[in-house]
Amino acid sequence: MPERSGKQSEKQSGKQSEKQSEQRRLAVLKTYKLYVGGAFPRSESGRVYEVTDASGRWLANAPLASRKDARNAVVAARKAFPRWSGATAYNRGQVLYRVAEMLEGRREQFRAEVADAEGLSAPKARAAVDAAIDRWVWYAGWTDKVAQVAGAANPVAGPYFNLSTPEPTGVVVVFAPQESSLLGLVSVLAPVLATGCTAVVVAAERAPLPALSLAEVLATSDVPGGVVNVLSGRVAELGPPLAAHGDVDALDLTGAGPEATALEAEAAGTLKRVRRPRPDEDWTADPGTGRLLWPLETKTVWHPMGV
Amino acid sequence: MSTFEYAPAPESRAVVDIAPSHGLFIGGEFRPAADGKVFKTVSPASEEVLSEVAWAGEADVDAAVAAARAAFPAWSALPGAERGKYLFRIARLLQEHSRELAVLETLDNGKPIRESRDVDLPLVAAHFFYYAGWADKLRYAGFGDAPRPLGVAAQVIPWNFPLLMLAWKIAPALATGNTVVLKPAETTPLTALRFAEICVQAGLPAGVVNIVTGDGATGAALVGHEGVDKVAFTGSTEVGRAIARTVAGTRKKLTLELGGKAANIVFDDAPLDQAVEGVVNGIFFNQGHVCCAGSRLLVQESVADELLDALKRRMATLRVGDPLDKNTDVGAINSAAQLARIEELTAAGEAEGAERWSPPCELPSTGYWFAPTLFTGVTQAHRVAREEIFGPVLSVLTFRTPDEAVAKANNTPYGLSAGIWTEKGSRILWMANRLRAGVIWSNTFNKFDPTSPFGGYRESGYGREGGRHGLEAYLDA
Amino acid sequence: MLSRPPSPSPAAAPGLADVTASDAALRRFLHGLPGVDAVGLDARAATLRTRSIKTTSKAFAIDLAIRMIDLTTLEGADTPGKVRSLCAKGAAPDPTDRDTPAVAAICVYPDLVTTAVQALRGTGIKVASVATAFPAGRAARDVKLADTRQAVADGADEIDMVIDRGAFLSGRYLAVFEEIAAVREACGGAHLKVILENGELATYDAIRRASWLAMLAGADFIKTSTGKVGVNATPPNTLLMLEAVRDFRAATGRQVGVKAAGGIRTTKDALAYLVLVNETAGPDWLSPDWFRLGASSLLNDLLMQRQKLRTGSYSGPDYVTVD
Repeated sequence: MPERSGKQSEKQSGKQSEKQSEQRRLAVLKTYKLYVGGAFPRSESGRVYEVTDASGRWLANAPLASRKDARNAVVAARKAFPRWSGATAYNRGQVLYRVAEMLEGRREQFRAEVADAEGLSAPKARAAVDAAIDRWVWYAGWTDKVAQVAGAANPVAGPYFNLSTPEPTGVVVVFAPQESSLLGLVSVLAPVLATGCTAVVVAAERAPLPALSLAEVLATSDVPGGVVNVLSGRVAELGPPLAAHGDVDALDLTGAGPEATALEAEAAGTLKRVRRPRPDEDWTADPGTGRLLWPLETKTVWHPMGV
Repeated sequence: MSTFEYAPAPESRAVVDIAPSHGLFIGGEFRPAADGKVFKTVSPASEEVLSEVAWAGEADVDAAVAAARAAFPAWSALPGAERGKYLFRIARLLQEHSRELAVLETLDNGKPIRESRDVDLPLVAAHFFYYAGWADKLRYAGFGDAPRPLGVAAQVIPWNFPLLMLAWKIAPALATGNTVVLKPAETTPLTALRFAEICVQAGLPAGVVNIVTGDGATGAALVGHEGVDKVAFTGSTEVGRAIARTVAGTRKKLTLELGGKAANIVFDDAPLDQAVEGVVNGIFFNQGHVCCAGSRLLVQESVADELLDALKRRMATLRVGDPLDKNTDVGAINSAAQLARIEELTAAGEAEGAERWSPPCELPSTGYWFAPTLFTGVTQAHRVAREEIFGPVLSVLTFRTPDEAVAKANNTPYGLSAGIWTEKGSRILWMANRLRAGVIWSNTFNKFDPTSPFGGYRESGYGREGGRHGLEAYLDA
Repeated sequence: MLSRPPSPSPAAAPGLADVTASDAALRRFLHGLPGVDAVGLDARAATLRTRSIKTTSKAFAIDLAIRMIDLTTLEGADTPGKVRSLCAKGAAPDPTDRDTPAVAAICVYPDLVTTAVQALRGTGIKVASVATAFPAGRAARDVKLADTRQAVADGADEIDMVIDRGAFLSGRYLAVFEEIAAVREACGGAHLKVILENGELATYDAIRRASWLAMLAGADFIKTSTGKVGVNATPPNTLLMLEAVRDFRAATGRQVGVKAAGGIRTTKDALAYLVLVNETAGPDWLSPDWFRLGASSLLNDLLMQRQKLRTGSYSGPDYVTVD
């Protein structure tokens, strides 16, 4: 018994000194950066903007990305497309599952960031982060099944083998939901990746920090550089050049807000595939397959059967 | 050294630690058989006793089924996403333990480490990964909006791919919400028991997976047990027939994956070098202990001599020997009984007038071994052309026209697989349409993938394993 | 212009002289060769890559690989000094161990042949020269032949020529055949290695056809690549060429060598190529007379591995010479 209490007091005094040093110690603040082509650059414009929590308290500065950053992000996404779309579906599934594993290890960080970003209570922030992790798992399981659900062997009337298979459309620009900084973002991004598309994400304008931190998770999760590129900044500034860009194949306008209609019209110039924003999307609900199917093209192969 | 002979390159045995005795895995715990009976499992390459394993009798089977039954309500009620996460965990643990399991598989089974390491184990983990993803997506699989599991699945698997057959059975069963009692083959129980430990490490609820080791009697007790709702069997056609009789008139849903006598059909416009590889892989992969093995080579007469020369040349480079050597291509025959069967059938082949050939090849003095063997001058009437040998023995027949090839290929009660070798795409599809087999490989052979359904026509069994189709066997659909 | 009917070269391909009698016959023959299934070929090469070469067989293979090296410098910046230094390295690769075998040949540009010949006198090491407007081969035939003759006159033992890939890809097989045959003639007693440039032929079917075309025209060796394009020697394309020389000998009785060049940098790579030779063409090709590795940086890695086998400790780049 005496021995035990001795240990306890030792432990207590250790805690006290820890606390004291914590009081003396000045926290190291994080410099948030963009994520483009697997690297973490500042905005080429050299600009930042202030990010605050729901009560207006300053949290950090975020890079204010420019149209040139957007251009660089599209170049990176295009460059990454052949390898990512050419990887086996099994491999993509492993990579997405790895994202879930890595995110699981950083739950505390994201709980805090999401709580600050969205003004959520601790339990609600916890639920949002856990759901975001499980969403990666959901889509990890889809990579090698989407073709089995969306493809078909077609019984054409003739001596032909006829097979329809889905293929990823290419580079997708994702305007992340404004109100759900992590769960909403994962819900729109993960399905795009699962299909084999590469993405340029415009993070939630007022709450970009969880997205910029998610980039750090992606960078250490076997996701090849350039497959996901994350920009923070103004939809009004980044949207038009991305919507008009000739090397972008699709736009997810979920978080584009009042700009959505103009961007959709801009996208018509190159006939981009567009997913319109839907009012009041519930990110906690069963995601279904809709977000998985929209960035796909169906390719049908005919081949004669004859000796 | 004046010639390029490969020095021995044995994979280290140090990664495995085989306990001297193994219990049954029932209700999340290992326990001896109720009557204390045990049997020995040996390494077929050396006849070394690897371990003693509990011999499950009826009481043990009863306990295992009861444990699976007890676990079923909670397991099947778990949200699909949570069930899936257990399976993802198992997939990851299998990946982490893959070298250990490969060595253990090779020791217990006799297959070359190159195959257990590069084929079996990657497929095992991939199978769990694939079905993990289905657990929360069953309503998209085409079996209704809310397909229900069946209950307790009794699963009996063979010795040729012990852990892979376990994965094919357990992964879809668990993903769909069933609980299982699995009986591994008598000669290869060790990796299944190691898998049980992985289930524990993964935190899988007790009773969801139960492993009972034993012989045919154990298997019969399991499939005949009143408490099982589903029977899945992979093995011989003869035992499959007996099981089908046993379950007749019961509620038990049955899937069978049985024998085969696959034709590997080579046309004169085939990519010849790859065809030779495919024929070799088709019959000598896993010592020919493969139900879908390409045991009949049907070659177009115009290219027969050329192909046979190339085949013999290639067979002469096959490296037969120590399965743990990383350079071994053909390992040991799994058991004395199987070796005797191969010897009996090859003797019959010679007696019936077929011409037997093997490359010069030195076989180890202990263990069970059979040299890669080729029979030419075989006709459809010969036993080596009709009966499943389940060994490294290839029967060569010839044909002249595509129709004749189809007729000969289909001229068997089996219908598990077939191979087609030609550079002409339309002929591949024409042939594939006419061949009565569950899997058709063209310009390749013995390819497996978790996303791809596998299973036979006719006496090769019914039901499919793998892919979306593989879910049906475990759903009330 | 009427092309001169090619002289059937019975010495090059006994029994197959008629297949080069006309453009049409040559096309029919080359397109009648069995196709290559790319997936199957790649898979076979990958399987052979898993061979594990240890202890005594590794020591044997490392020395054999050194003896098979065409130690190469093909840079615009090459000088006589650089070539002399390379020759010294080739003759005595490891100054700390005089038992180390010498390389097979030193491979240089034509204008440096004289330097190499002088530097290698008495060593038994061959001088190989690239020729025929290497690496692109985009020059008039006369220029290519003059290039070849000069190199031979300067003392080159072996000529590494490039085929006209443009002519090959546009289906003018007879033109390619004639050019190889003409270079063969210009070589006189020198050995001719015909570079197919697999990376530009792009398909395995084309590589098999080009292999046969070169052998029919009299190649002593067929060689994968110049080392100057994106894709050079790969295990599958080398395996395919080894099948071609194996089948050519079976058809004609004449044995042709194979040289894998470009991108082979490590001992592990080199050993993998020897395994391909051993299990595809067979032991008859396991000698510097029939298989070569065109490389520059490979030699030092082989030497470091050799030192490791000798001493039991891993070596480092400062324990081999940089030439």
